[in-house]
Amino acid sequence: MRHIISLLMENESGALSRVAGLFSARGYNIESLTVAPTEDATLSRMTIVTSGSEEVIEQIVKQLNKLIDVVKVLDLSEGSHIERELMLVKVRAFGKDREEMKRMADIFRGNIIDVTERTYTIEVTGPGSKLDAFIEAIDPVAILETVRTGASGIGRGERILKL
Amino acid sequence: MTGAEIMVRCLMDEGVELVFGYPGGAVLNIYDAIFKQDGFKHILVRHEQAAVHAADGYARSTGKVGVALVTSGPGLTNAVTGIATAYMDSIPLVIISGQVSTPAIGQDAFQEVDAVGITRPCVKHNFLVKDVKNLALTLKKAFYIASTGRPGPVLVDIPKDVTAHLAVYAYPETVTMRSYSAVSKGHSGQIKKAAQMLLDAERPMIYSGGGVILSNASRQLVELVRLLNHPCTNTLMGLGAYPATDRQFVGMLGMHGTYEANMAMQHCDVLLAVGARFDDRVIGSIEHFARESRRIIHIDIDPSSIAKRVKVDVPIVGDVAAVLDEMIKLIKAGQGGKNAVALAAWWTQIEAWRARDCLKFDRESAVIKPQYVVEQLWNVTQGDAYVTTDVGQHQMWAAQFYKFDQPRRWITSGGLGTMGFGLPAALGVQLAHPGKQVACVTGESSIQMCIQELSTCLQYHAPIKVINLNNRYMGMVRQWQEFFYGNRYAESYMDSLPDFVKLAEAYGHVGMKIERPGDVEGALREAFALKDRLVFMDFITDQTENVFPMVPNGAGISEMILAEEL
Repeated sequence: MRHIISLLMENESGALSRVAGLFSARGYNIESLTVAPTEDATLSRMTIVTSGSEEVIEQIVKQLNKLIDVVKVLDLSEGSHIERELMLVKVRAFGKDREEMKRMADIFRGNIIDVTERTYTIEVTGPGSKLDAFIEAIDPVAILETVRTGASGIGRGERILKL
Repeated sequence: MTGAEIMVRCLMDEGVELVFGYPGGAVLNIYDAIFKQDGFKHILVRHEQAAVHAADGYARSTGKVGVALVTSGPGLTNAVTGIATAYMDSIPLVIISGQVSTPAIGQDAFQEVDAVGITRPCVKHNFLVKDVKNLALTLKKAFYIASTGRPGPVLVDIPKDVTAHLAVYAYPETVTMRSYSAVSKGHSGQIKKAAQMLLDAERPMIYSGGGVILSNASRQLVELVRLLNHPCTNTLMGLGAYPATDRQFVGMLGMHGTYEANMAMQHCDVLLAVGARFDDRVIGSIEHFARESRRIIHIDIDPSSIAKRVKVDVPIVGDVAAVLDEMIKLIKAGQGGKNAVALAAWWTQIEAWRARDCLKFDRESAVIKPQYVVEQLWNVTQGDAYVTTDVGQHQMWAAQFYKFDQPRRWITSGGLGTMGFGLPAALGVQLAHPGKQVACVTGESSIQMCIQELSTCLQYHAPIKVINLNNRYMGMVRQWQEFFYGNRYAESYMDSLPDFVKLAEAYGHVGMKIERPGDVEGALREAFALKDRLVFMDFITDQTENVFPMVPNGAGISEMILAEEL
């Protein structure tokens, strides 16, 4: 089953490689991994999307907690949460496609953030499934390039991951 | 003070007695500072792997943190086997490695390796000290992390320029880290539940591992086992935690465990696992183990050890000694006795299993049986020696036939299974315990992997007794080839062996060659009487002897091959 795990860790060089190394050494899946410093510059927050049986997820959480640089771990999938991912898509946009691309971007509440005579770069944000749906909705031949950030997650309401 | 002086002062303030190391370019400032101090003694090994093994032997036999010091590049890579050995067995070590100067890092400088990267998967934690102002605090953290919680090796990598930079010395008394805190007390509700389960058990089994030794909880384990009148087994790492000569001890369990220990593991109804981790060499196939239903109580300081390989009914995360103390109180106050009839029947069953005498061997043999040598070693040393081993058949015979009655006497590489561990580990043990009997039980193949340390042993007057069980084969490899590879002994014969007697003499020690069973005991007595000399005893043993019982790889724990079945 797919799980989304959030963690706070010391913002120190090498901390990311400890987490990545743990996943590869123990053979756990990483679907995506994002990391950036928080409002407290000494802490980084990481979101990992992984999948596995309940036993495997339990081990992942325990092993992450065991890393000395990791301060707190929360399996967001255990409660209600929100996740968002950002995607940039560069598409061919000329002739009759140009209007069609604009319309699709609007339908998905995307923004066109770069325009040339022949291309658009569209920014789409949402859960991973929405980004997948956008890719499916547009003509594959028109896609020149895509880049996705991987999911970021946060608990709903009073569910807070903080020191 | 310079970084080098700070480092040396930190070790002194930490109470370090011995540092095992080998100098090199990146640590020259540190060695210069060592030259000028007399707070601790530096032991110059002949290879960095041995420095870490010796520090490891020191740590295992004393319970203190072992310290090794190596230079950058090859110094560090040579140390990796030692670090991984300590990591797998949760041994507290602080390893200090030199690094090229900070401006040179990443430039592929001479003797540069990414020490933090290379060691990351085999340390509890590691640090690269980029600023001399952080050096003392980092070393304090290293000792704290290494020795608390589930212990383990911690590496501190210090660039050469940092050892020359100046800072004011201040060694913190204590350290707290928001990202690391070691649990101690277990959950009281869970302990209560476990205590009642143990009191009501009809076919109980207590299975204790290295965690009992690490937690210094042997006294509590013995008290609990006797209070309950339950059978007790130790893992390879746990030998000595419960006295092997006691009636309630059913021997070691696992791949080469006793028949009675393995049968009792499989057929018990309540299993108390204490500081043990259900690893593959201990319980064999997990599917087979799960075929019999039993309730499992698991005490471990590391939550990730619990429910890793088997499902557990009552998990208790906490320091073994603290949890057992609480459990003993509850059991003393609790209501038991309802199961007395069942427990008596269980003991009858265990005695019947024990009567199979699974460790028997041919005592009439004209060639020396390796089991007999270990048995005589136990006899001659009156069970009071520190015994280190290498890895293979000799290691299993030492585990089976040397009856350890005390913890921290049995020093072996259990998790990683490192050949070459025994001799340098014995050096560390002997230097930690001057005047005590230290034996290194080894084989002709293993001993050659760190034999250069015979030179270190001479330099520091370590009167170790090397018990070389020489069967001219990598015995355990040969045994697997006999059982599972149709007697095709691929590359397991050790040809062109040195004359070990002459070799020992060349290194300035005493050598002995023993070829007849009748000479074994006398030779051992003679060797141990030489209290100030290292004696290398080359026992020419039966080439065809195998270790029994044996649970084939992947089979169930109760599916043992016994000696008489072949």
